[in-house]
Amino acid sequence: MNLQLSHFSAAVLFAVFASVVFGITQRSTSREQIRYGLYCFVLFVGGVFLAGWAMWLLRR
Amino acid sequence: MANTPTDTKATPPQTSAMSVIAPAIGWLIPGAGHLIQRRWIRGLLLMVSIVTMFLLGLAMQGHIYHPNGGDILDILGFVGDVGAGGLYVISQAMDWGQGAIAHAVSDYGTKYLIVAGLLNLISVADAYHIAIGKKP
Repeated sequence: MNLQLSHFSAAVLFAVFASVVFGITQRSTSREQIRYGLYCFVLFVGGVFLAGWAMWLLRR
Repeated sequence: MANTPTDTKATPPQTSAMSVIAPAIGWLIPGAGHLIQRRWIRGLLLMVSIVTMFLLGLAMQGHIYHPNGGDILDILGFVGDVGAGGLYVISQAMDWGQGAIAHAVSDYGTKYLIVAGLLNLISVADAYHIAIGKKP
């Protein structure tokens, strides 16, 4: 099997799984876990966009 | 009111068989350390996340590191991979993840495999904290 994902979809999937684990393990209550998981996901995906724009600017 | 010495003294962690069994099972089977402590939803979410990440890494033709004493990055790659526990043992036994990194997606696959192992180590630590009563 050879799965071919785009850079973006690979990064978003990575963010989903890592955020779930971070949310569950780094906070105690269910509400805090969901909030922290979402916070991590936004940071991951936001970081992808920032890095993408930074590379676009460096390339020009 | 002044605190007595017993008020300020930190409570020692509760050591029990579970504080050894839960991390060990959790390392071998991702999420199982939470499941045996009846944290069903947390355990299932951890299991699905870590196992799916590891399988996606394999599907992307990621590289699995063997025990080695060479380059520091190879050693760290092995440490990350071995964190996946039973998944790493199975993949070694089945000779999976041996492809050369031929394209960018394969490199993602390698990172998925390493990070799945590292996330499992965090999950193991969490199972331990639950077992000693440090976390609900």
